[in-house]
This record gives sequence, structure tokens and C-alpha cells, in this order.
Amino acid sequence: MSAVRTLVVACADWPLTAAGVAADVPAAVVVAQRVTAANSAARADGVLPGLRRRLAQGRCPDLMLVDDDALRDAVAFEPVAIALEQVAPGVEIVRPGLCAIAAGAPARYAGGDDVLAAQAVAAVDTAMPSARCRVAIADGPFAAELAATTGTRDDDARHVVVPPGRSRQFLAAYAVDVLGLPALADLLHRLGVHTLGDLAALPSASVGSRFGPDAALAHRLARGLDARPVTARTPPPELTAQLELDPPAVQVEQVLFAAKGLADRFSAGLTAHGLTCQRISIEAETEHGERLTRLWRHDSALTAAAIVDRVRWQLDGWLSGTAKSADGPPTGGLALVRLVPDQVSADVGRQLGLWGAEESLERVARALARVQGILGPDAVTTPVATGGRDPGDRVTEVRWGDPRVAAKPADRPWPGSLPTPSPATVLPDPRPAQVVGADGGPVAVDERCEVTAAPARVSVGGRWLDVVGWAGPWPALERWWDPHTTDVRTRFQVATDDGGAWLVTARADGWWLEAVYD
Amino acid sequence: MALAAPALPEAAHLAAPRTGHREPWPVVPALAALLPGGVLRPGTVVAVEGATSLALALLAGAATAGAWCGVVGVPGVGLVATAEHGVDLDRLVLVAHPGDAWTTVVATLVEAVDVVLVRPAGRRQEADVRRLAARIREREAVVVALGGWDGADVRLTVARSRWEGLGAGHGHLRARRVEVQATGRGAAARPRSTVLWLPGPSGRAEPADVATGAPPLAAVPAHPTTSRARPA
Repeated sequence: MSAVRTLVVACADWPLTAAGVAADVPAAVVVAQRVTAANSAARADGVLPGLRRRLAQGRCPDLMLVDDDALRDAVAFEPVAIALEQVAPGVEIVRPGLCAIAAGAPARYAGGDDVLAAQAVAAVDTAMPSARCRVAIADGPFAAELAATTGTRDDDARHVVVPPGRSRQFLAAYAVDVLGLPALADLLHRLGVHTLGDLAALPSASVGSRFGPDAALAHRLARGLDARPVTARTPPPELTAQLELDPPAVQVEQVLFAAKGLADRFSAGLTAHGLTCQRISIEAETEHGERLTRLWRHDSALTAAAIVDRVRWQLDGWLSGTAKSADGPPTGGLALVRLVPDQVSADVGRQLGLWGAEESLERVARALARVQGILGPDAVTTPVATGGRDPGDRVTEVRWGDPRVAAKPADRPWPGSLPTPSPATVLPDPRPAQVVGADGGPVAVDERCEVTAAPARVSVGGRWLDVVGWAGPWPALERWWDPHTTDVRTRFQVATDDGGAWLVTARADGWWLEAVYD
Repeated sequence: MALAAPALPEAAHLAAPRTGHREPWPVVPALAALLPGGVLRPGTVVAVEGATSLALALLAGAATAGAWCGVVGVPGVGLVATAEHGVDLDRLVLVAHPGDAWTTVVATLVEAVDVVLVRPAGRRQEADVRRLAARIREREAVVVALGGWDGADVRLTVARSRWEGLGAGHGHLRARRVEVQATGRGAAARPRSTVLWLPGPSGRAEPADVATGAPPLAAVPAHPTTSRARPA
């Protein structure tokens, strides 16, 4: 059975458009020192996704760097989605910058695919001229997305229409890499199957039995069919999960907190029926009856965490009033959130790792989600090794659930970092300390970085202890080129007669206890 | 909406029960002499007094064997030192400020995390702690408690400690010789004691060769502040 006629609106380089970068300014999004998106001005200078940041700046010294911010992207996309809703109902957001609409009935109403596509382009151009969208209509979202995001780079052709039943021919020329399954694409290339046309020519039963469910799905896509056979069943109503907020919530954080449990319940209901959800409708209603409904599509199954992200994206734009919905921003607090599964299919399952590593990770993730439910999302962290000179700098804590990305690379030389072993206790807030010499006078560090007297006694935590050994001063002068962030510390290791050892620093404002070797 | 923390008995059904009897977790060789059987038995509580690094060394053996570790209520735990002891940071989770909810947090974590390091703090209800101990036994997790824990299965105390490597203005802290004493209940009732490097020059706990004739260790006076980063 052939795929549903689908209209896809793709806004090129959306993260950069969302950040408000002008089209002629070369700009790129950098995550973990690598470019993840670049606009056409940057691409013209050879800045391509995957490039290291330093190399990208070498190729294009004027390159403007933009933070990766999914929330900003989603909020900025809301006006586009609202404009498209005026053209045709049922806008599904695949991700910020890309959305799909079932085009069959709207095209008949408008008087043809071409007319509908032109209307969509005009609507987006009116709502957000900087979006520079491209629109494509084809059989199925896969072909339409390819047509909208690749196709001709000719600016005059803002919309592309692949005639009904021609999607297979349209797709035939594309390389198998566009499927987004690198392992499968690699295998197919080695077997001499280079294009989607080659793949589509293979018998479908053999593809499924030889290469597994992923390849069967790819084979369907290559033939211009829907990714999954359309199931006749409608989702049973009890899969819908809803949450009433009393008193109504005015801040997104309040809703998200509750939405976590809601999403978990929703996912558990689907799992109990052996289903996964590819498309979900998130409905929000205020105490005054205003309602915002959005469809969200995901290539694979939507996990509970992915659902919470989408709730956040949707509500943030609406409640903060940046998105101009048809009725304007809501006038009251949010009273109801409902998750409705819009498109479900049988869960084909996934092979667990041989040693149960994934199983234990999933179990830990569930337990930590409950702790986050008790204490708040920021309460649970996980450490990531990063670059730095002090014991407190060399590991950063990232919130559980966020990507484990080090801010600064750890595998570089960090001159002046302290020798191993490291202190077992690093005070989150350094405490005042005192250091005196044999004559009882305070010890100081002079401009030449030498102590005025040998430390004989130290006071840490209110007790005076005799010094039995000390080393230092070890200066760490950071960012001396910038008067605002520069930081001069001289560090000492001190061992005391009680068997303890301490890391103390001398700064402009006196002595501080930084860490305990306990 | 109701956001009350789940009561301890109710949380039991939330995670699929682990099936079968769990294997004990190994410990680093330097600590083996202190624990009954030389292992961390599932379902037990080990109280550690006097040294954070001793608790980290206990975690390290299990972490090397693939255990997930959690640290609750120790905001000042030295994470670089933790990594140096041999704990894999990829399988370490931190709950720095659980406040009065620490029993609930630990009870939730032991559903999935194999070894939990906790500094009991805040209000502590006797009944909560007793229920938590029962939960730890039931889930076959290991809890390492910094500071006191009434009814701990094993109690490890640092009796003496001395740092090596520092001179008068030169050198750097290289290793620490400690004497650790162990007491406890049941199989651990017989007092034991051992001398080890904690940490050794590599940052890990290493067995000390008693025959080296090192100078006598300094006795550790009883003072609560040295081992505590900050009252939670």
C-alpha cells in the first residue's frame, strides 16, 4: 500500500536562523568542539558539520559560534508551525526546523499539490521571512523530507512536487546513506548496493530475513512506501494519559515536574500493550479553556524523556508568549496536560546487550528518575572528566539525563596541575584558614612567589595544628591576559602532626582551605 | 498534584525484582584482610570513620568489577581522587544534597545502584533507618556509610595515619600509611587490623609491606571536623 501524500516544510540551518543570525554572516553551532550545523555562508568557506571547532575557525576566521539550544530552536519554530496551521490542519513537528502535514485533503481543497505547496511557502515567508523554507510534497514523509532538504539548490524553486506514485523513481538516485543507518549503509555499499534504487530492486522477503527489521524498514522506504505497514487498529483510549493541575501552573517547570510522571505512565501503558508510539499529540489546556495541541513525530519510538522534552518545547513557547497562536498567549494558568498516542505500531523490540549492560543502565535510569522526582531534576548529577589545574576543576558534574560532554578537554597538558594522589575531600566552598611561622607571625607570599617565613602552625576548621611538612608555593596564574577573569592562587600542601594533610591556598584576601587529603 | 516522596514500603514494587542470589563484590587486595571473606557481601552496611579515601577504596573494588556506584549527601567528595582510586566515572551518580530525604533517596537508589556511599545527615528517624537497613538487605545492595551507622555489619576505623613525601618546603604528598581497624557483627565480630597505603603513590589503596620498618604512625585524635567536608 502506497504512502500517504505528505507535505514537508524544511527550514535550512534552523538552529542558526533561530539564533537570529543573518543569512550572509557565516555561523555554526558547535557542540563538544565539533561543528554540528553551519549556514550556507559558512559552508561556502568549507565549514562542514563534523569539523573540529579550531579547524572551522581556521577556514573561516569570521565564523560566529552559536550555542546548541534545543529549547531556543523549538520556541522560535512555533510561529512557523502556527502559520502552517492556517494553510492546512494537523501540523506534525518532526524536529524544530522540519515539520510535516498530511497533504491529501488540503491539496484537493486548494486545487492541486503545486498550489498548496506555494501557499505553504507564502505562509511561512509572511510569518518569518528569515526562515528560508523549502516545501516538498511526495508520497510519504521520507521522500518528502529528502525532496525538501536536498533536491536542487536553486533558490527559485522553493517548492518541489513529486507526482503521486513517482516517489520510488525519485528516490532511486539517492545513495543508501540517506537512510540514516550508517551500519546498514556500510554493509550495503560493500555488497555493491549503492543506491536506494538498487535496494528497492531486491526481493523484500530476502531483505527482511537477511538483514533484520532495520533493513526491512529501509527497503519499504526505498520503494516509496510508508516506513511501517499501516496498522488498522486505533490506539485504545486508555493509552491516553492526562494530568490535571490544581492549582493551575503558571511556570513551565511546575508542569514539567509533573509531566515526567505522566510520560512514564504513558510509556508504561504502551509497553504493556506491546506498542511503540511514533507520533504523539500533546494537548494543553488553561483554566479558561484555551487549548494548544501539537503533533510530534519521531523517527524511532518516543521515549519518556523525549516526550518530556517535547512538552517543554511546546509549553515554553506558548506560556512565555513568544509564540503568537491564533488566540494569542494564554490568559490563565495551565490546568490540564494530555498525551494522546496518535500513531502506534507493534514494538519489534530490540536486542539487549549480551552482558546486560543496557539492562542495568535502564534500571539505574529508572531509579534516578524517581530520585529526580523527589528532589528535582538538578539533584542528580554524574561526573565527567575535564581539563583543569585544581582537584575541583578536573571533573565537572552534569545533570543526569544531559549529554556527558566535557567543557574542556582532559587529555591536554595542564601545566601547574597538582600531583597524584588527589585529595579525597574537595570543599565546595573554601573555608578561611590561618598559617603562621615559628615566631607566631602570619606567613605571606611575596611578589616573587616566595614565603616570608616557613609555616610552623596552621589553623584549619578552628583548630591549631603543628606543621610537620609542607611544600609550595605552587602558583597557578590563569587567564592573565584578561583582567576580569584572571585568578592568582598559590597553593601549598601541608601535613600536620595529627596525621592529616591539607591543601591550602594563599590569595589576595588571605589563606583558604581548599581540600583535605583524608 | 501530589508530589509526596514515596513511602519506603511502596517503592518496592516499582522496579522488577532482581532474580537470584547475588555474587559478593570484590574489594581491592589491600582491604581484603579487613572484611569477612575478603569481599563486600550484598545486603550489608559498612560504616567508615576517619577517612573519605577509605570509603572510596571500598567502592573501587566493586566498581572495577562492573558495579554502579552512587554517592549521596557527600557534596565534597573528591571526584578526581575517586577516579584515581579506580571508580569508573561513567557508572557513578551523585546526589549531593538529599537533605532530610536521604533515607528515601538511598532506598530508591539501592533498587538499581549496586554500591551506595552515603553520609547520613539531617533528621534521622530510627524507624526510617531500620526500614532502610531492611531494604538494603532485601535488594542485596551494599551501603558504605561515612560517619556512624548504628548496627552496621562492619565498622572500619582509621586508627593511625602518616603522610610521606613532604619535606620542609619541598617534595609533595606521595602516599599515606594508615592503620585501619575493623570490628562488626556476626562473621566480622573478631577485631582485625591492617596497615596499608591509602592512597599509595598511584592514588589507589595498596598493601603496605610491614617489614619496611617505616617510622611509627601518628595517632589520630578523635575530632569530627577533619573527615567532614561540611555538615549537609
